Amino acid sequence: MNTWHKLKWPIIALALVLLFNFIFSSGFFQVEIKNGRLYGSLIDILHRAAPVMLISLGMTLVIATGGIDLSVGSVMAIAGAVAALLLTKTEQPVAMVIIISLAVSFLFGVWNGTLVGLFGITPIVATLILMVSGRGIAQLLTDGQIVTFDNSAFEFIGRGALLGLPFTIWLVLFTFILLTVFTKKTAVGLFIEATGDNEKASAYAGVNTNVVKMLVYAICSLLAGLAGLIVATDIKAADANNAGQWIELDAILAVVIGGTALTGGRFFFAGSLLGATLIQALTTTILTRGVPVQWTLVVKALVIIAVCLLQSETFRRFILPRWKKVTV
Amino acid sequence: MNLRVLKRNIPFAATAVVCVLLYVFGAVQFYDENFFSLRVFINFFYDNAFLGIAAIGMTFVILSGGIDLSVGGVVGLVSVLLAILMENHGAPPVIAIPLVLLLGAGLGTVMGVFVHYFALPAFLVTLAGMFFARGMALVLQYESVPITKHVDSINSTLSLPLGSGLQLPSSALIYLGAFVLALWLAHFTRFGRNVYAVGGNEQSATLMGLPVARTRVGVYTLSGFCAALAGVTYSLYTSSGNPNAGMGLELDAIAAAVIGGTLLSGGVGYLAGTFVGVLIFGIIQTTIIFQGTLSSWWTKIVVGGLLLLFILLQKGIQAKKLRPKN
Amino acid sequence: MSDPTHLPLLQLRGISKSFPGVKALAEVDFTVRRGEVHALMGENGAGKSTLIKVLTGVYQRDGGSALFDAHDINPKTPQDAQRIGISTVYQEVNLIPHLSVAENICLGRQRSKFGFLNWREIRRRAEKAMARLGIAVDVAETVANCSIAIQQLVAIARALDIDAKLLILDEPTSSLDEKEVERLFGVMRKLKDEGLGIVFVTHFLDQVYAVSDRITVLRNGNFVGEYEAASLPRIELISKMMGKELSEADFKAADRKEHQRGETPLLHLENVGRRGSLKPLNLEIFEGEVLGLSGLLGSGRTETARLLFGVDQPDSGTTRLDGNPIKLKSPRQAMERKFGFCPEDRKTEAIIPNLSVRENIVLALQVNQGWMRYVSRAKQNELADKFIKALNIKTPHAEQPIRLLSGGNQQKVILARWLASHPRLLILDEPTRGIDVGAKLEIEKLVASLAGEGMAILFISSDLEEMVRNSHRVVVLRDRKKVCELQGGEISESAIMHAIAKAES
Repeated sequence: MNTWHKLKWPIIALALVLLFNFIFSSGFFQVEIKNGRLYGSLIDILHRAAPVMLISLGMTLVIATGGIDLSVGSVMAIAGAVAALLLTKTEQPVAMVIIISLAVSFLFGVWNGTLVGLFGITPIVATLILMVSGRGIAQLLTDGQIVTFDNSAFEFIGRGALLGLPFTIWLVLFTFILLTVFTKKTAVGLFIEATGDNEKASAYAGVNTNVVKMLVYAICSLLAGLAGLIVATDIKAADANNAGQWIELDAILAVVIGGTALTGGRFFFAGSLLGATLIQALTTTILTRGVPVQWTLVVKALVIIAVCLLQSETFRRFILPRWKKVTV
Repeated sequence: MNLRVLKRNIPFAATAVVCVLLYVFGAVQFYDENFFSLRVFINFFYDNAFLGIAAIGMTFVILSGGIDLSVGGVVGLVSVLLAILMENHGAPPVIAIPLVLLLGAGLGTVMGVFVHYFALPAFLVTLAGMFFARGMALVLQYESVPITKHVDSINSTLSLPLGSGLQLPSSALIYLGAFVLALWLAHFTRFGRNVYAVGGNEQSATLMGLPVARTRVGVYTLSGFCAALAGVTYSLYTSSGNPNAGMGLELDAIAAAVIGGTLLSGGVGYLAGTFVGVLIFGIIQTTIIFQGTLSSWWTKIVVGGLLLLFILLQKGIQAKKLRPKN
Repeated sequence: MSDPTHLPLLQLRGISKSFPGVKALAEVDFTVRRGEVHALMGENGAGKSTLIKVLTGVYQRDGGSALFDAHDINPKTPQDAQRIGISTVYQEVNLIPHLSVAENICLGRQRSKFGFLNWREIRRRAEKAMARLGIAVDVAETVANCSIAIQQLVAIARALDIDAKLLILDEPTSSLDEKEVERLFGVMRKLKDEGLGIVFVTHFLDQVYAVSDRITVLRNGNFVGEYEAASLPRIELISKMMGKELSEADFKAADRKEHQRGETPLLHLENVGRRGSLKPLNLEIFEGEVLGLSGLLGSGRTETARLLFGVDQPDSGTTRLDGNPIKLKSPRQAMERKFGFCPEDRKTEAIIPNLSVRENIVLALQVNQGWMRYVSRAKQNELADKFIKALNIKTPHAEQPIRLLSGGNQQKVILARWLASHPRLLILDEPTRGIDVGAKLEIEKLVASLAGEGMAILFISSDLEEMVRNSHRVVVLRDRKKVCELQGGEISESAIMHAIAKAES
């Protein structure tokens, strides 16, 4: 019941977007099977949403501790750059390429976690440092060039299919299940929620809040790295300038839509996934309606403000009496 | 007493020392290339005028305990709008410029209202503001366009000759003017003092009967105005309307303020510090350009590093203060 | 209209104020005359702070009338209240720490000259305002560098800088030492003679009698009565506040059970101290013993508790557990040694507000078990139900967020948190503060029975009566120093007070 209450609005919004497409875009709901693989707008939405979904899962944990990670886009760029360099400049097997680039992402997360957890730097600022320097690092790695590669095994991450569905969707599903088990079947979830809800009290009850924070930033960065690999394989290149640009807002938006409060505390993975799907559905709809892609930025900005306002207690108190007056 | 004043100003002092060291380093390293010359010195202000102006607004926001991530986006939007108004619609600068400044201030006001009255997190509102402004800029004009009308005449009227062929260009002049005004605003008006008070302890400020709402909204309005002015300066500086102008400017502005000794927790800091912070930024940039072989991306990394260093310094000082005196 | 000088300065009649689910004030009357100090008394939850907030415009009253200076008033904001002459100085001093004394006094009311703030005038005005209180300070000093006492006076100077007619002092003395309190009283008397009405909210009885002319007592949001201080015996005031008849005899421990102590103390502090917060002290706690830690606010009680639990680290002395030296660097390490700690500030240091009663109870146990050994949901439910029943926690179900519980029930949940982890030593810092009498008695009973089962309990309380009733042994602290230790029959309110008083001379 509680879950439904939290997910009511995103589900309704998603339903509205789909309904709109059902009425105005013919063929939106068509799903075809080609070469043993499903194709169609719906599948495409999930596939395109995968990077944001992955990051939003990590971001959910970060936000649950009352933090924020603005550096995810830069970490994506770094992961893509590292992978591309390893593929083009070395003879490393694909597995090692993936492991190394994810490990690098993880380390950047530990860095963020150290700044926030150990040094007590405001999360916005701590991750802002990496947000900007990180893109610089990615640019240095790639020498400011777009590094293209050609490796079908590696490209499976973003382009492959399994049991008829894009591999990216499986990746999201797998991460979702893994994280759910990891947080709900161990004490991790409780410690994260406690830290986000009242850090001091948690510390006095013995929770190692520093480790909790390190952990969530590390997980978030790791997932950002994974998303970076997906994006890189999608275009068969590492583009340090554009990879993951603006994605931090999408991820934060997805989390907020999904019902996890920015002030920390309770978190909802399913809500975040739903939020990410909603965002992508909206973007796809905008594109299929022939609206210039730039508009998506504007629309997202408006949506995030609207969602935050709806969740804001103050706003409801401000608007509800007036609303009632109008309707009566 | 003197020791205490000194202690209070450690961050600012550190900034000044870093600034002088960097400058001396550049001057010695690139002596033959005339690093140590009035022309290069003027260029510190000329090249970074729009950053400096944005940083002024950012300093007020941070002093009030907030943050404004929208400044870069606003610079892009204003730059594009100015180009459209002056090029496509033939609007004279005396109409076009006040119009875009008003628009920037208005955007700031809206964000301030969201932050204050609906208690939304500042970074989120201004991040959305950044996307909105940048998105609108791209919607209006996807590519950079040159501005041919008026710009040259404005630049030549507004510059200040310094003799021996040197002159203080228009953007530097606007920056210095804005800085002097900001000093007055921060230190000699009730508004400025209220900004410090709200950032120092909002609850106290409320109970003291200070106009917290007006101050908070005012600070974001001011920052929006400064960002718009930075956008105008950018357009004058590059003679173009560029939707991608000011990409990442928000971090540079935050960095300048923090490196200048403004505490991110609010309530403590000086505009003079921000001024020196912007100067440091210019020196690093110029040094890297003089160096010749380093990629310009190093600027970002060095600034990120400096930012980290100063944040840690602030943390260290705060931690010391928290320890009880005996 | 009648002559305003014949009316009292402030006349509140039948003031009511409700919050969802709570009637905070019910038909309360309150009258303050010009030139008097009027004490507003009541236990926690009596409605003092609500009344003050209604008066200062933080809340709006639901019903009743307010006459101030012969005008109807209904302030909407603190600014409104200030404008009509009602100024408040709060317990946690509300100043801007990083700005100067002068600026704090004049902020928002500075005068300008040619568009520039007149800093010289600000300075002069601040000096004058401080001089009016008879206090010499450098007004250029940053407020953060001043003592709490000076900050308090700066706040008063600020309140008086506008033409205040009514000055409300909300628990102004809780962080001040004797001398500073005397100085504050001097200032209050001076202002009273100037014709100001002063509302004095405090829980220190001595101070009420030292400075007040009249007393209004509230209890559970109701008006109990208004009395001349000179003709209201202390014991009667207490009984009116508590709502039950008390005799002096109740304040002595009559039937104390003697505690049979073991050979080695569970915990033994030798010269343990921390610069700036606690002077080196010796302390022994035995199993099955309730050790009371008594003293005034700021005497080092909480500081001792924090050192014991590893929140702060001592910089001198040795701590021995079962005779073996230990060093605690964090609460976690203290918990590994089976210590538990209910902190003083329940709201910010104990409860995890949005998590359920169940999760709040399980937290410490889960920490002890570690990250990976998850306390199963079934076990969690079982524990929660067990403690809800055993401690009589009033909650609709175990999944209720703890923030929705009353203070007393929150406190019981926090106690349950520690009991679930089976501590050997439980540190209780003001466990009964701000909770109703029923819950308070239940907690006291629990303390006794836990000690009976062999747990060592460090019991900290400002309530002397409670201290005397519950402790086997009492250590008295003053000025961050241990001044005396009382055992068995020696323990009484007056003995503790004498111990504190003796140290003063």
